[in-house]
Amino acid sequence: MSLSQEPIRGLASANPLNNPKVRSFLIQAIVLLGVITLFWVLIDNTISNLQRQNLATGFGFLDKPAGFGIVFSLIDYSEQSTYGRALLVGFLNTLLVAVIGIVLATMLGLTLGIARLSSNWLVSKLATVYIETLRNIPLLLQIFFWYFAVLRALPGPADSLILLDTLFINNRGFSVPSVSFGGWGGDLAAAFALGVALLLFSNVYIKRLRRSASHIPFYLRLAPLLPFVLPVFVFFAMGLSLQIDWPQIQRFGYEGGWSLIPEFVALTLALSTYTAAFIAENVRSGIQAVSHGQTEAARALGMREGKILRLVIVPQALRIIIPPLTSQYLNLTKNSSLAVAIAYPDLVSVFSGTVLNQTGQAVEVIAITMTIYLCLSLFTSVLMNLYNRRMALVER
Amino acid sequence: MNSRIFPTLVAVIVGILVGFLLAPYFNMGDGQERELVSDGPVSAGAPPEPVPSAAPVSTRSTLEIVRERGYVQCGVSQGLPGFSNLDDAGEWRGIDVDICRAVAASVFGDATKARFTPLSAKERFTALQFGEIDVLTRNTTWSFTRDTALGLDFVGVNYYDGQGFLVRKESGFKSIMELNGAVICANTGTTTELNVADFFRTHRMAYSIVAFEKSDEVVAAYDDGRCDAYTTDASGLYSERLKLRNQYEHVVLPEVISKEPLGPAVRQGDDQWADIVRWSLYAMLEAEELGVNSGNVREMKQSDNPGIRRLLGVEGGFGETLNLSNEWAANIVGQVGNYGESFERSVGVDTPLGIPRGLNALWKDGGLQYSPPVR
Repeated sequence: MSLSQEPIRGLASANPLNNPKVRSFLIQAIVLLGVITLFWVLIDNTISNLQRQNLATGFGFLDKPAGFGIVFSLIDYSEQSTYGRALLVGFLNTLLVAVIGIVLATMLGLTLGIARLSSNWLVSKLATVYIETLRNIPLLLQIFFWYFAVLRALPGPADSLILLDTLFINNRGFSVPSVSFGGWGGDLAAAFALGVALLLFSNVYIKRLRRSASHIPFYLRLAPLLPFVLPVFVFFAMGLSLQIDWPQIQRFGYEGGWSLIPEFVALTLALSTYTAAFIAENVRSGIQAVSHGQTEAARALGMREGKILRLVIVPQALRIIIPPLTSQYLNLTKNSSLAVAIAYPDLVSVFSGTVLNQTGQAVEVIAITMTIYLCLSLFTSVLMNLYNRRMALVER
Repeated sequence: MNSRIFPTLVAVIVGILVGFLLAPYFNMGDGQERELVSDGPVSAGAPPEPVPSAAPVSTRSTLEIVRERGYVQCGVSQGLPGFSNLDDAGEWRGIDVDICRAVAASVFGDATKARFTPLSAKERFTALQFGEIDVLTRNTTWSFTRDTALGLDFVGVNYYDGQGFLVRKESGFKSIMELNGAVICANTGTTTELNVADFFRTHRMAYSIVAFEKSDEVVAAYDDGRCDAYTTDASGLYSERLKLRNQYEHVVLPEVISKEPLGPAVRQGDDQWADIVRWSLYAMLEAEELGVNSGNVREMKQSDNPGIRRLLGVEGGFGETLNLSNEWAANIVGQVGNYGESFERSVGVDTPLGIPRGLNALWKDGGLQYSPPVR
């Protein structure tokens, strides 16, 4: 009796800290409290220090005129524009580099990754050399290399390279004639969008017909032409005419037309060639992770090499490739902030560089910049995760 | 698991507690501070908080401290040729360094009793505020905010600078007004960008600006033909020009588009010390105006010119009013030289920088350098 009751009493009167549930709750509560206090002290201290030094706070500065020029902008911008507008210019410039960089890096990386696995000795060794070289040199150095290599290789404005009478290349940038439709550009874009929508709709319809094994009408097979046919139809139906603006040589280089600055070209080149090396490794590891038995089984079924790659290996490899690929996309986007070193006016250069120095509102400016990068990265992640979900193995 | 998490936790909590204990010393979370701040109008009405430096220094004058220590401690740049730079022998040279040596000569009668602290742009004001240096002679622009809000006083201008433009000689430009439509390279995050924008807008001229983070890239891009012009303070242009592949193919345009008066600064609140530094600079200017230089200062003491006799301490006893020996100015000129000598040997046309006197000529030669009379 006494022996059996002893431990029970002991448990009841025991220190509650010995109860794992209580203990874990307590620990978590203390940690949470500690973290909240830490942030509270940080924020409160920052605000009171700013007030004590009579420093301006708040986001009112975004409405004030910026007063400085930006060399490259996708939207209308002048010195009279606001700081908010300058922020938008910087953001769009970052986005442009990121999107084009990602597309180029993916294409190059995919090619290199497959090339590295090639049975052709030369091709695979070349890919290996490329990957190992670019992966192991700091990106900033590569950006400088591309920038000054591009700049030095190009002639001055007076003796520009002219390709096909339309592409004008010099060390001030790359210019092509711009095409506009006299205010009807929006309508043509709408026609294109309508074409794309119809194409998507017809694809769904074709899939349904295929599933029910019905005959697919001939005209549905022409749907991919719609996005191009519709704008052309609108163009002629409305009797529109093209307006072409040719770059004209001026005292300081070409003006007019569409132009890209060398900083953009160098940055995009550096980012995409550097990231491509990492993507190539992802692709290689993804393909090699697919068991060789799969290939052999496919062969045993009598599939041809191309079909094996397309239907057996790539779908399985993609599942392994996509998650690290997302990381590379995020890296490229964030690495684009190195633009400030070569004067490309990206978000960091324009906003947390010039704007910060002029307004002195470091806390707000850095907070906005960090938030934008965070949102951009999270958005990329969401897109890639959606794609990943589609590609993932569906378990039934 | 818990056994591993626990020590980390204890560390975090102890850290936070220690943080709270130390907070008052870092002005963190101090109740009294916050109260002051929450009383908006009161804190706004109250005079701006005194700069923390003044306290330890104010009890004794800077002159006493310097005398006791035996040398003047000056803040200089980390190496700007012509202004403050170490030469091959490890000696500091330059127009800013000469001001410091002049102060040493006036206080100790020995220009070598000066020591130098190289400071970055960020460190310079703090070093002066906290008494780490006695004089800041570091190509620093005298501006309203710096003079009024940073707890320091500018005592004069030893170099009138302004934002200028560097162009290729072959371009044939003679004036900034010809730069309509040009591509301009600059440093980002400086007032340079704003000055350019203002200037071109006022004159209804087009331009595009390529702004880099670091000067080395600006120079390299300009050298590679990315830009038609390179803009920064004119003195900076002259020294950056040395880095170009062929500096003789480039020329600094004569006009400037902003005012950048560079001068020595001292801590606010010690007028005697401010007077000493101010008049050390003026003595060099006055000496040049009177034709006194390091070579002839001995003979000049016999001069009949009352201005010269007053400056060199033969008449009047002006040194005493500064709490210095009457020989103070004679020592400056004899050991450091007059302003013109200092200018010509540091940045003048015969140096690699090759800067003409321009705005820094004496007032009677069409420049801005002017000393109030010594009388």
